[in-house]
Amino acid sequence: MTTGILSFGAYIPKRRLQRSTIYAANAWFAGGLKGLAKGERAIGDWDEDAITMGVEAARDALTGIDRETVGGVTLASTTFPFADRQNAGIVKEALVLRDESGTMDVGGSMRAGTTALIHAFRSSQAGAGPQLCVASDMRKSRPASEAELLNGDAAAAVLVGQGPVIASFLGSHSLSVDFVDHYRASDSNFDYGWESRWVRDAGFHGVLVDAMQQGMRALGVGADQIDRLVIPITVRGVAASVARKAGFKEEAVADTLSLNVGDSGAAHPLLLLASTLERATPGEKILLVGFGQGVDMILLEVTEALRDLPARRGVVGSLARRGEDSNYMRWLFHRGLIDLERGMRSESDLRQPATALWRNRKAVFGLVGGRCTRTGTVQFPKTDISVNPNEHAKYTQVDYPLADKHARIVTYTADALSYSPAPPIYYGLIDFDGGGRMKVEFTDVEEKDIEVGREVAMMFRIRAIDEQRKFKRYFWKAAPVASEA
Amino acid sequence: MASGIKDKVAILGMGCAKFGERWDKDAGELMVEAFDEAMLDAGIDSFQIDAAWLGVAYDVVNLGSSGIPMSFALRLPNIGVTKVENYCASGTESLRGAVYAVASGAADIALAMGVEKLKDTGYGGLPIRTLGTTLDMIGVEGSGPGNFAQLAAAYRSVHDVGKDDLKRAMAHVSVKSHANGLKNPKAHLRSAIDIDQVLNAPMIAEPLGLYDCCGVSDGAACAIVTTPEIARALGKKDLVTIKALQISMSNGWEQQQAGGWNGSYFHTTRIAATKAYKEAGVTNPREQISLTEVHDCFSITELVTMEDLFLSREGEAWRDILDGVFDADGKLPCQIDGGLKCFGHPIGASGLRMLYENYLQLLGRAGDRQRKTPPSLALSHNLGGQPSENVSAVAIVGLADA
Repeated sequence: MTTGILSFGAYIPKRRLQRSTIYAANAWFAGGLKGLAKGERAIGDWDEDAITMGVEAARDALTGIDRETVGGVTLASTTFPFADRQNAGIVKEALVLRDESGTMDVGGSMRAGTTALIHAFRSSQAGAGPQLCVASDMRKSRPASEAELLNGDAAAAVLVGQGPVIASFLGSHSLSVDFVDHYRASDSNFDYGWESRWVRDAGFHGVLVDAMQQGMRALGVGADQIDRLVIPITVRGVAASVARKAGFKEEAVADTLSLNVGDSGAAHPLLLLASTLERATPGEKILLVGFGQGVDMILLEVTEALRDLPARRGVVGSLARRGEDSNYMRWLFHRGLIDLERGMRSESDLRQPATALWRNRKAVFGLVGGRCTRTGTVQFPKTDISVNPNEHAKYTQVDYPLADKHARIVTYTADALSYSPAPPIYYGLIDFDGGGRMKVEFTDVEEKDIEVGREVAMMFRIRAIDEQRKFKRYFWKAAPVASEA
Repeated sequence: MASGIKDKVAILGMGCAKFGERWDKDAGELMVEAFDEAMLDAGIDSFQIDAAWLGVAYDVVNLGSSGIPMSFALRLPNIGVTKVENYCASGTESLRGAVYAVASGAADIALAMGVEKLKDTGYGGLPIRTLGTTLDMIGVEGSGPGNFAQLAAAYRSVHDVGKDDLKRAMAHVSVKSHANGLKNPKAHLRSAIDIDQVLNAPMIAEPLGLYDCCGVSDGAACAIVTTPEIARALGKKDLVTIKALQISMSNGWEQQQAGGWNGSYFHTTRIAATKAYKEAGVTNPREQISLTEVHDCFSITELVTMEDLFLSREGEAWRDILDGVFDADGKLPCQIDGGLKCFGHPIGASGLRMLYENYLQLLGRAGDRQRKTPPSLALSHNLGGQPSENVSAVAIVGLADA
């Protein structure tokens, strides 16, 4: 059976910070950034990180896929929330995959996503069940740095396996060299980069071009046969110049989403692959490149099955689900780059008991409620005695996942009193399609989006951050569907 | 249904501290302030008290655990002091303990105290605390105004009331209470406000503005109860007796989608009111109840409560309010003392503060704010939690022969 891509998904946070706003705030100090002050970049909200974005991309990729079939999940990132607590494991719980699923974090390089993808193809060829490869990055950058303007936050996911693949895996090629164009120490928040002219000449036009030429020989395919070339380097003109120097057709070069998303780090190759698959037609050959202390190359050929892939948000939908943001201060605060006076209300100190989290992991991570086998009553959370007072059936509830059900708003408010990193905090009561009622926080919401009866969809988000113990608490929030696009 | 406690228990004395930002006093001293007045009113000595209940909600800033702090503060005679906590209904909950003790014959004279010291919190509003281990993971950490504000969105939708109409009716609730509170020396806020101030105030939780929210204050109130026979034996002539005392608690039904709750009212208040009217023998509350003190933590709460107590027809409270039905000189005054709006809401004290006003009004002792038409039955309604899960208490008191 052919190994290849079964499905893909993407997630780009709704907020798009205008680069002109960033520049305007910093022009007095770093006037030289003007050339980068075009377009917009995606920024995660305060309640997003590499895990939450990864979960959303993975859910998109699993559209129409039976989750019981998934054999493993890998999360690739350079911005894992946890250094020792498997981040992919949290993604697995949020997706309610089988406990027997293999999980793995892959990090340490901008190539993490492509390297993870190559390994997914290899394990699939060796007979492993479908492998979900998720890449997600939310990199911090210093105010007035180039990275602040160039980077973007995003995630993408690719489901690899055998069967009705939408793109066949034709092979891969990798090269590892310690070319330090930039680095980030383990205990640092920020990258340190070398002169961009050297990176371009010796890195992109040197290491990368050489590797691509060598790789195409190894793969036994001519550069001119590649219909879609994905080079995830957002520096202006570089993807095109690399393609040209390496002998590829310039018209094959995929848009790098530099103007509307920014460089999403370890997620960027997979994000651009998702975007490319949205445009590709059967028979086309795609070459996906990863660059970071070496080069990864993945050769794919699109199949007829692509036409049958169920509709999904993807990159197109993620780009459409857009809110223009020009509040630079808000973003700096959310990334911990300025310290606002938060007031006494923010001082409440809540520990997460590990015991309780373990007992309730399905409800907390998977939003799994209960459904009474006798009456059909759906509820959240699942309890020993049914919520239905006419029945009060005991011990009759079975797991009932609610995360993918849409819901309607029953009540809501916008609370300006409670502390929130993004006041006012919207919350209320929702009714799920098919049963179940729940008190929720709303996210990605504006005043115009919210009214009784409006449709919402659930999203995996950060619920609270325990700054004292460096613990993040995740849970589900409801986002307006109107802005889902 | 049980036969109830109608006329089995009389109020021997009541006291109420001055509510407000009592920077000068600890919770213990506030209790003494209320206790002194109640003991003087009752005409007894503390060694005559057989049992005591203490309603207090927050441990974050306050007395600390157990009934001991009250036993110490009031130097009670080594009797049992039970501390109760039932959200904002803690005051009425403490009354229930004392009243039941007397009704059962277990105690001749019992004390119910409610107190809260909120102004040691350091910020406005209620102290932030845990929701409980499980809900801290999957619940919503809403504020009081945020939780109750949600009634408005649902009420507008269910009854097809316009945003401006509802906001105006809510504003009238607060304007009315401020006018009443102005006449009350024990109230925290004693200032008249007009409707434009309410409508133009900063938003706290959509659609509740600053004046739609009750104040936060320190306070204490207490009741000493006994049997009507003992009260008379102690020389009391005009007796106020308990006609009904009912508490109803949510069990999650409101959070069941197919249950039928639409978010616009208090399920528990309707249950507690129905039971209380039955216990008191009230068949037509709008005609028979003379006065109400309801849990106006927020203007919208008072508005829907008028319907939940069956004093307005469903969907019509907002019109009745605008028509002045519940004004001090209206058909059925609500918060003639100024309510939570002007007293603020020292959680444990509020239920007993409401009872205190009804007691004074029934005895004709309410001074400048005394209702001209002599009242015979007065209702207090004390609510805790939030619309989707709460505890609701209804107490009806009246003249012994009413």
